[in-house]
Amino acid sequence: MESITPLLVILCPAIAAVLISISRNKPNIREVWTIAASIVMFALVLSMAPAVVNGAKISYTIFPTMFENINFGFRVDAFGLIFAITTSSLWILVSFYSIGYMRALNEHGQTRFFFFFCLAILGALGVALSSNLLTLFIFYEIITISTYPLIIHEQTPEALKAGHKYFAYLLTSGVFLLFAIMFTYYLTGTTDFIPGGIPALASATQIIAIIIFFCFLLGFLKSAWMPFHSWLPTAMIAPTPVSALLHAVAVVKAGVFGIVRIVCYIYGVDLMQELNLWLVLAIIAGFTMLVASFFAIAQDDLKKRLAYSIISQLSYIILGAAMVTQSGISAAMLYIPFHGYMKITLFLCAGAIMVASGKRRISEMAGLGKTMPVTMLAFSVGAIGMVGLPPVCGFISKLFLCFGAWELFSPYNWIFLAVILISSLLDVIYFFPIIHAAFFKEPIGEGGMSGSYKVKEAPRFMLIPLVITAAISIIFFIHPNTFYIYDLMKIAVGQLFGGV
Amino acid sequence: MIEWITLHIVEKYNFWIAMIIVIIGLTAVVVKENLLKKLIGLSIFQTAFFLWVVSLGDVGRGDILRTWGLRTGAHPILWKEAAEKGYIYMNPLPHVLMLTGIVVSAATTAVALAIVIRIYQKYGTIEEGELIEKELQFEREGVN
Amino acid sequence: MQLVEHFPVLIVGLSMFTAYTMLLVGFLDRRLPYYIALIMNSFFFILSLFILDYVLTVGPIRYWLGGWRPPWGIEYVVDAMNAYLLIIVISIIILGLIYSRSNVKHEIEERKHVTFYVLVQLMAAGLYGITVTGDLFNMFIWLEIASLTAYALIAVAGGRALRPAYNYVIMGSIGACLYIFGVCWLYAATGTLNMADMRLLLPLLYTDKVVQMGFAMIVVGVMIKAYIFPLHLWQPDCYTWAPSTISSMMASVHVKVMFYILIRLFFSVFTLNFIWQYIRFDILLCWLAAIAILAGSIWAIKQSNLKRMLAYSSISQMGYLLLGLGLSAFSYWGVVGLVAHILNHAVGKGCLFMSAGAFYQKEGLRQIKDCEGLGKRMPFSSAAFTIAAASLIGIPPTAGFASKLFLILASLDAAQYQFVVVLLLSGLLNLIYFWRVIDKIYFVKHEEATKREVERRGDGLPFSMLGPMLFLASLCIVLGFVWLSDLSTPLMNQILANLGVGGSL
Repeated sequence: MESITPLLVILCPAIAAVLISISRNKPNIREVWTIAASIVMFALVLSMAPAVVNGAKISYTIFPTMFENINFGFRVDAFGLIFAITTSSLWILVSFYSIGYMRALNEHGQTRFFFFFCLAILGALGVALSSNLLTLFIFYEIITISTYPLIIHEQTPEALKAGHKYFAYLLTSGVFLLFAIMFTYYLTGTTDFIPGGIPALASATQIIAIIIFFCFLLGFLKSAWMPFHSWLPTAMIAPTPVSALLHAVAVVKAGVFGIVRIVCYIYGVDLMQELNLWLVLAIIAGFTMLVASFFAIAQDDLKKRLAYSIISQLSYIILGAAMVTQSGISAAMLYIPFHGYMKITLFLCAGAIMVASGKRRISEMAGLGKTMPVTMLAFSVGAIGMVGLPPVCGFISKLFLCFGAWELFSPYNWIFLAVILISSLLDVIYFFPIIHAAFFKEPIGEGGMSGSYKVKEAPRFMLIPLVITAAISIIFFIHPNTFYIYDLMKIAVGQLFGGV
Repeated sequence: MIEWITLHIVEKYNFWIAMIIVIIGLTAVVVKENLLKKLIGLSIFQTAFFLWVVSLGDVGRGDILRTWGLRTGAHPILWKEAAEKGYIYMNPLPHVLMLTGIVVSAATTAVALAIVIRIYQKYGTIEEGELIEKELQFEREGVN
Repeated sequence: MQLVEHFPVLIVGLSMFTAYTMLLVGFLDRRLPYYIALIMNSFFFILSLFILDYVLTVGPIRYWLGGWRPPWGIEYVVDAMNAYLLIIVISIIILGLIYSRSNVKHEIEERKHVTFYVLVQLMAAGLYGITVTGDLFNMFIWLEIASLTAYALIAVAGGRALRPAYNYVIMGSIGACLYIFGVCWLYAATGTLNMADMRLLLPLLYTDKVVQMGFAMIVVGVMIKAYIFPLHLWQPDCYTWAPSTISSMMASVHVKVMFYILIRLFFSVFTLNFIWQYIRFDILLCWLAAIAILAGSIWAIKQSNLKRMLAYSSISQMGYLLLGLGLSAFSYWGVVGLVAHILNHAVGKGCLFMSAGAFYQKEGLRQIKDCEGLGKRMPFSSAAFTIAAASLIGIPPTAGFASKLFLILASLDAAQYQFVVVLLLSGLLNLIYFWRVIDKIYFVKHEEATKREVERRGDGLPFSMLGPMLFLASLCIVLGFVWLSDLSTPLMNQILANLGVGGSL
């Protein structure tokens, strides 16, 4: 089905970016553009959902490229739409939040911030909707480049150093990705995403297919798999809205999205099993899950702990895809929106705590539940979801993941089930002490006397978005089909496995 | 042995002479410190080479090019048959080409000399080593 | 004979004529030569568009000077490759002229303005001449005109530019001499100077040592002029100290036209068959290019002077062109990458040198470390610099990305995987040296910058300098899409056909 909607979706943030830079001297008008663009974009993305749920694929070719069989354009399938819906819906909330955050802290260079924020969103949406690897690569690099000014927003030497590290990791990985893409094109003559994989790749020499796969893995380093993860905690020096939307959702999810695309739409389930690549990927994911959780326990800075938590949780998605079972891939696809909502709640809470009380360290957060009850409640919702307990949506996706592991043939099913459960336990260890300290401990230092707490929440611009994300995390549990997520997942998995 | 010398050296004496002068010129360009001497070397290099090309035009006499295994091709002014019938003639095209080359080399020398004069005005020397030292000194003092 | 067929010779002849007219008119009023040059070159630009249209729709233009038949008379041949290059050269010359308007006032004494523009116009004439000619000796004449004026134009800055200019004279003369040397050897073997004629006569003599020697001589001579890796030593100093306009024009078009001689030699005088079957030169060329790409980038990283860094970057970028040329023996994608990169590098490097010149003019800075806070003080020039740098790094969706893609595909097609690695690595090295500057411009905090920001809005530069810069910068992005899309396929196919390379897009 041909439709211009995907192009309009991409144009929304692009136009917003231009308008923002034009009205740089009028902060109020500037902020209106961000919000308007985010709302319009979400509406456009959602408007594509009914058609896609009915099994259609919305495609739009901007121009055919010089390379045979590659068109620069978009093809919206169910999986891409899941990612697009996640990003675009969260952008609305985060743009409110970031306005509150930037104004509360009276940050410098706000125009630059919003401008590059729009570009990064453009990149993420482009990755979600693109019809082939080359288009995906272009948008993927746009994310990388446009995130750099956001990470070094503080412009301190540490921030610059973090930015350089980020660049060093991600642009080097981009090189691998480009290599892998060109090699794929050279071998197969196409880079389109085909459910079940590109057939010609199966007939390539095995060792070359394996090498290309590793290049793809290195290329999608945004998914922060270990041992190449260290850019992500360093990049947490960025302002919180950036960490929240970009590092919890758009940037890292683009990486994971890419890996799932590669596994399911370039290599395909059969080839993954034939070359035993699924096992390699699953081992990497399992290793990352456990080790990152241990790292997280050791962190005292809240944002750093969340960063390691992201690394660990991203590997759930990779593991889900790696298992190449029906439930595993379902879990991977569900995790993208669910984890996005839960993790963004946590990040927004961290930012709110920083703005309202100036606290960054977990050891200082004792008794915070009394001064900032709403924020800490939302935080608890996010944390429970991360662990995978009801009544938060994390439960559903983790359940699917366990099913997926179980569908594997033995003895792998026991091993991966154990990994998932141990990792969940570790999640408990690093999240629950924060909640416990916040609600049941007396604050150390100033005051200290019980009963004299004054409720001091973050500005309303920041509070409301995080309440909404927490609420949606619960709504997803009650009604997984919010924003058509569940239907889209079923369609996508159905296309992969030929009918559910 | 004698045959070899005749074939490769005596009959191609013009090549040898030209090459020796070319090498003398190039050596001067590379070795000399003085900018003017370098320029003289360049002129020698170019002239030697013009000499060689002009000597190529001489196809009527010993027919060096034939013995060298070359084809002289069709000439615009005299016909090929003229050479075969034994008329002594010179192919004028190399001369014409080199006339242009000489003009170009004169222009090059003029530009180079003008630059050398400006260098002398600016630095007070045309020895390359001293020039580089002065440049380093400017670098330290921040003069452009 | 149609009117269009006279245009190539009209462009070249009128350029020479314009140059002398400018010299005479300069006695009346010093400002007039600039306007004359601008008007005439714009006129040539329109003519060149007609030429391109004619070449793409009808076929190559063959113009016999004075009506003499080709093997004896001089012939001007314009096919798709020349027409494409001619448009690039003319448009960059026009942009450079516009840019020079206020830049020249700053960098060159006023009494020299008339001669400066006369020399620029003469250099333009030389470049146009090289581009349209179909005769090897005629090419030498134009080559010398373009080179002699270039020597003078570099020296016109005075001061530190003089010694590099002298070095360039020596190296350039040796290069030109080797070129004409090689041409004479080919003449001795074939008895003709016409390219098309020589192409017909040469195949029988491919094994001949004289022909091979002539080929080698020409290649080395042109390599000196086009500063290809081991023969680049004259170049960095020249580009550093030359007037900014001249650095920009030379780096973007002068060297491209010099490189074009190699292209003509490879494809129109000899054939690819000769290159890869008789002398096995292609793979050597690729390795040379690989070394040039990496060495140029590494040197660029070591520099502290902004223009010098750009100069070394040019050496590395010439390696891209050479790689394209070398790979074209294996795969037509090499030619595509080469042709695309000629334009991309002309646009990108021209823009970079222009903004470096703008930085020098407004802030007096030559060193990279002084760039701090420029993004606030000179927003437009900095933006232009950044976009052009992104293009040369090869960040999508800029123009440089497209040419990198073509070259990668060419190396894959040729099964020369090591060059894929080289290309990708060079992208990272480019990133290091360009990002160092961009970081300084935008992101390193600078107290003075915020103070000076109040004094003026914008760059404080006239539009005549900002316009060309921003135009080239926007072109960097537009071209990225043009190359990716199939808009340029007809042109590319025509070029491939005219150069006698098998395959089409």
